[in-house]
Amino acid sequence: MPELPLSPSSQPRPDATRPHSDRANVTGPIIDFAPDVSCLDVEGLSLAYDGKTALRDLTLRLPRHRVTAFIGPSGCGKSTLLRALNRLHDLNEAVSRQGSIRLEGQEIHAPEVAVDELRRRVGMVFQAPNPFPMSIYENVAFGLRLQGGLTRRRMNDIVEWALGAAALWDEVKDRLRASAWSLSIGQQQRLVIARTLAVRPEVLLLDEPASALDPISTLKIEELIRSLKSQLTVVLVTHNMQQAARVSDYTAFLHDGELVEYAPTASLFTNPRLARTENYITGRMA
Amino acid sequence: MDITSDTHSQHISRQFNQELEELKTHLMTMGGLVENQVLEAVKALLEGDSRLAEKVRDNDRQVNDMQLKIDDECTRVLARRQPAASDLRLVLAVIRATADLERIGDEASKIARNALILIENGTTVRGLVEVRHISEHVRKMLRDSLTAFARFDTELALQVVREDEAVDDEYGSAMRSLMTFMMEDNRAIGPVLSVMWILRALERVGDHADNLAEYVIYLVKGLDIRHMDPDQIDEDALKRRG
Repeated sequence: MPELPLSPSSQPRPDATRPHSDRANVTGPIIDFAPDVSCLDVEGLSLAYDGKTALRDLTLRLPRHRVTAFIGPSGCGKSTLLRALNRLHDLNEAVSRQGSIRLEGQEIHAPEVAVDELRRRVGMVFQAPNPFPMSIYENVAFGLRLQGGLTRRRMNDIVEWALGAAALWDEVKDRLRASAWSLSIGQQQRLVIARTLAVRPEVLLLDEPASALDPISTLKIEELIRSLKSQLTVVLVTHNMQQAARVSDYTAFLHDGELVEYAPTASLFTNPRLARTENYITGRMA
Repeated sequence: MDITSDTHSQHISRQFNQELEELKTHLMTMGGLVENQVLEAVKALLEGDSRLAEKVRDNDRQVNDMQLKIDDECTRVLARRQPAASDLRLVLAVIRATADLERIGDEASKIARNALILIENGTTVRGLVEVRHISEHVRKMLRDSLTAFARFDTELALQVVREDEAVDDEYGSAMRSLMTFMMEDNRAIGPVLSVMWILRALERVGDHADNLAEYVIYLVKGLDIRHMDPDQIDEDALKRRG
């Protein structure tokens, strides 16, 4: 299986020297680590729909080749933030934005950045699997055909690689020409991930990727997320806190459009610093 | 963040509140039972009451049963609730605490068995002053560690941790004087050995109380101070963390 092109990376480590200002009356944000190598840098990001604030002055750095989860109650802004990372809000004129997002140091809103190229580099998978009404093979090849210039043989190689990387190859290799809709929901979701991987993104954004799936399919997706992080940066939005705890390296808790606490997952789930985080992850009344 | 003794009763799920509340209540019941076992074992020795010593010995089974019951409740909470943060720390602290309480129960029963040997021999025994003194000390440690657990009181817990060194010193000096007795009078070797076992058991009770106090700090602060030198525990760090 060909590897995705890797950029040099080193392990992001919790920054032990950073002083904590973690009194109970602090409402946040508490950022409990600083990645050595970040892939996406969000700085001072505010976003409003029709003048109604959805994200308020968010600053966070997402480490390269790690899984970062965004958690928080409905309406906290986690999906809005995820969508901002590949400029999905561009399509909505009611959205106003301030602040910057840099991908590998480059501002994604800069005029020279082409949105379709950005979305190739930052792929997105949604909650409900949305395979195109075509064969399994064509679904994966779709993005590659748009790019053009590939031989049939090379195309076959990439389709096989992408289906393999999405842990679906063994289940579909004998029926690549079958309709994508003949697959189970869990398989469809992995097909959509394969379609996203085929164009070699650097970042994979997952918005509740397993919430429509049964437990076994969910575990397969989670396993897939873990296996992908050696090759790309994964950002996951989930309502399922156990899922965030299982698959992510870092977790950011958002509430009311603000970043509350951002820390290594193990420490956030065993010893959160702020009462707001504690209340949310343990299911208490706020 | 710092938690308080009513933190675990604020879940949206009232059933979950109740399960965690029961864990704490049952742990306290077990703590009370074990405290009484130590008290009565020492009392049986000091008053030469063999019936009381037998009772302590036989009650140990009750302590063991409670450990199994509470551990089983903890397993259920882990399986059904997948607790996180302070809830997870509570369950872990309770599991650890039951293990230490069970061991204290064993030590009480050991004291009772040695008391029975001494009572049956009917000889005047050396070292009872030391037993009385150390037993009062470790019983206070045990009581304080249980109180600290019930109230989520880390200051009291830290006091217990610091107290353990004093008990270790008293134990060392008691052992030295008992060695002298044995060297002076070799007929006393048998009974003195029994007293030594009793002192050893009491010293272990102090160690287990120390462990309980450490779990309180873990539970409340999320800070694991096991294997730390008590003098190295930074109180400011404890205060800051919360």
